[in-house]
Amino acid sequence: MEICKTAAAGTLESSDCLVTVEPGNGISLELSSSVMNQYGRQIKATVLETLERLGVENAAVTVVDKGALDCTLKARVECAVFRSCDASAENIPWGGAVR
Amino acid sequence: MKNAVGRDIPDYLLVDGKEVYQGKQYMDGKYIQKVGPRTRRYEKPQETKVVASLVDALKLCGARDGMTFSFHHALRNGDFVANMVMKAAIEEMGLKDLTIAATSLGDANDPIADYIEQGKVIGIQTSGIRGRMGEVVSAGKLKTPAIIRSHGGRPRAIEAGEVHIDIAFVAAPTSDCVGNCRGIGGKSNCGSLGYAITDSRFADYVVVVTDCLVDFPNFPASVEAIDVDAVVVVDSIGNPKKIASAAARISQNPRDLMMAENVAKIIASTPYFKDGFVFQTGVGGPSLAANLFLEKYMDERNIRMGLAVGGICKPMVELLKKGKVRAAVDVQDFDLDAVNSINQTPGHFEMSASQYANPANKGAFVNKLDFVVLAALEIDTDFNVNVLTGSDGVLRGAPGGHPDTAAGSKVCIIVTPLIRGRMATVCEKVVTVTTPGDCVDVLVTDYGIAVNPLRPDLVECLDKAGIPHVSIESLKEKAYSLVGRPDDLQWEDQVVAVLEARDGTILDVVRKVKPLEL
Amino acid sequence: MIKRPKPERFRLRRTMMFMNAQKPGLIKDAYIYGCDSIMLDLEDAVAENQKDAARFSLYHALTTIDYGNTEVIVRINGLDTPHWQEDIRVCVAGGADGIRIAKCESAQDVHTVEAAVEAAEKEFGVEVGRTLLMAALESPKGILNAYEICSASDRMFGVAISGGDFRKCMQTTFQPDGVDMLAARGQMLLAARAAGIQCFDTVFTDLDDDAGFEAEVRQNKAMGFDGKSLINPKQIRLVHQVFTPTEKEVRQAEKIVRAIEEQAKLGIGVFTVDGKMLDIAFVPGAKRTLKLAKACGMYEGDLV
Repeated sequence: MEICKTAAAGTLESSDCLVTVEPGNGISLELSSSVMNQYGRQIKATVLETLERLGVENAAVTVVDKGALDCTLKARVECAVFRSCDASAENIPWGGAVR
Repeated sequence: MKNAVGRDIPDYLLVDGKEVYQGKQYMDGKYIQKVGPRTRRYEKPQETKVVASLVDALKLCGARDGMTFSFHHALRNGDFVANMVMKAAIEEMGLKDLTIAATSLGDANDPIADYIEQGKVIGIQTSGIRGRMGEVVSAGKLKTPAIIRSHGGRPRAIEAGEVHIDIAFVAAPTSDCVGNCRGIGGKSNCGSLGYAITDSRFADYVVVVTDCLVDFPNFPASVEAIDVDAVVVVDSIGNPKKIASAAARISQNPRDLMMAENVAKIIASTPYFKDGFVFQTGVGGPSLAANLFLEKYMDERNIRMGLAVGGICKPMVELLKKGKVRAAVDVQDFDLDAVNSINQTPGHFEMSASQYANPANKGAFVNKLDFVVLAALEIDTDFNVNVLTGSDGVLRGAPGGHPDTAAGSKVCIIVTPLIRGRMATVCEKVVTVTTPGDCVDVLVTDYGIAVNPLRPDLVECLDKAGIPHVSIESLKEKAYSLVGRPDDLQWEDQVVAVLEARDGTILDVVRKVKPLEL
Repeated sequence: MIKRPKPERFRLRRTMMFMNAQKPGLIKDAYIYGCDSIMLDLEDAVAENQKDAARFSLYHALTTIDYGNTEVIVRINGLDTPHWQEDIRVCVAGGADGIRIAKCESAQDVHTVEAAVEAAEKEFGVEVGRTLLMAALESPKGILNAYEICSASDRMFGVAISGGDFRKCMQTTFQPDGVDMLAARGQMLLAARAAGIQCFDTVFTDLDDDAGFEAEVRQNKAMGFDGKSLINPKQIRLVHQVFTPTEKEVRQAEKIVRAIEEQAKLGIGVFTVDGKMLDIAFVPGAKRTLKLAKACGMYEGDLV
């Protein structure tokens, strides 16, 4: 997917995360997390895998994590990406690129 | 050298007779040589000990570089006094190389972090360390490792002369002109002054800092004039709103309530739950809520609690007033109801930290506990508990009375949610051992209950009462299945804090955290 | 990915607890409180501009969290909104046990949802007919059409009244004695029983009024409801307590089931237990009592 405009999803509440995607060259990821030392590596891997599955090749991604579980991280990244293409409201490929 | 909880203690710390932790009650029956302070004689009658300023008091006590100052934490997060004194000593008098020996330190003491960074404060001895101070110490900015002791371990170390207090500063809600102090009657009331008592008796000099000077004699006094050199009157010793919350409300969080109900069920299933039982609970959500459910069982069986120990708050005061508890001994008060009750409600008494928890005296109150209900930041599959470091390795907590009450009680129940955000509370190895697993008996989480295999008698009690329980390993696996297995923290060699067991042996060390590079 | 077993159309549903599908901290383990069903909400709890985000959360919650024996129902947005079709797709793709149709007013509403569910089941390779339905009646029209709604589909397992909206339509407010919704509750119960499906009462929103809550739950039980919607886990215990059969009821039910099974082998149709005349028609009720007792930990036998 092509990131057409800046979009965000999520919150800064505990157990959630705020994901912002912007148009970019290649993938860049800025990550801060309340559990950085123990889970930073896994969070990064989850975010990058999710972007890859969605076919996002160019994006500047910012993740502010407040202890979100992997399922929440994925949900927020996906929602931000679909929003950036104005495609988040219907015909989501559940079980396909979103899984 | 490895100690009894499997922690590697660097040999360079094992000097002057320091040993590694050997297990519960290792020091029982041994002897302690108490060391007395060197104090000034005031033979000539004095009209008043009130001096004009903190600096005058510091000068009177011969304050100089390299000294150790002590503080108590009865004003909790509202305390102004520690910051005020350190400012006078460092900024006005230009002192350096100071050590702070506090009963605990909290967010209120953030400004002192600056003095650590400037190298003016080079030593910290405390039970708790939080906020910015925790961060700078964890970052290795304190010259010597901080020494962390439990509430009982501290008076033991003072009496044994392992900590020598040059000047003790006693923040006092009321004092008379010669230094008789009480925790009530002023504008910054804190109730019990139990943590200040040992310091006032073992320091070379004692300075009382108050914002409410009252008529002589201010009796019955917690800290007595016979131990006091000087009295300083300041505008305000603390923020009353942060000293005592209006009322420690019992949690309405359904998760806390569910766990609290199980705690009460477990207590009621043991043979120790009988008329006259001795009980302590922390003030965390689920621990405090256990009071509520326990009352129901007490009514059902028609029994009364003999004694409530520890930090006291509203729910316990209410039980006392209803006659369901015969007496409460109180080292610290958490809310206004408790502050207003101490020495007023029949049966509500003050006690010193040594009376409360010191393992080296002839029998502290914790040794009489039947049950204690406590929280945890982490607990591992050996039942070792961490209440000091976050799972990121940074200092942000306090052993407090945790290790003392756990060791003294017949049944120690830890109550905690299985995970917090993405942090597994039940884990393979706690970051820091603050309470050894051989003192911990039952774990209650929102996902299930586990009993320490060292206590087959309790396993039997739970089984008889039909209370389901599982292995602590299975709880750990459940936690990891939810949050993923954490990566191991990366450490530098530098030790930033030494954690003493209550008996004075070394239980663990905290090293400087290496930040993760992605 | 978690594969949930095929949903059971008629199971124990004393408590259905609402949870905002958009709140990760809430939905990750709502089952630990022991409610029979959880109701993940895409409707009122989710702000209009977060409907999309809630669906992504919901999808991953459904596919990664092991809710165990707790039933997972999703409340979708109303048929008068632009959201309900995508709501249905995500529910079916994620494997929700059932869908709650908000603001249902006619059999046609049920048919509309059913068609979309069937299409989604085909799209996502889910067994056709797997996804159950229930309807929420929130208006006088819904109540008047209760029977046609209850009997509109084989997927329908139950019907519930939604008090907030209904009271507004009726120009009344909550009354402690329940008189505000007495007729509606009665009509809905009649329709549900006639159609052979379950019936659930509305939420009780004043969390500080323990006595009021208990009175309402006892009335629910007396009227014949199967269970109740809840907004807070702390309400679960009381409902389970009230809906728990008495020791005497359990023993009686056990006797009946045992007696009938023995008599049936001998070909006897009508007989007496403790002086009461009984026939085969008593079996479902007795079995229901035993199932309830089993779920409540009161019965450990093997008759159900």
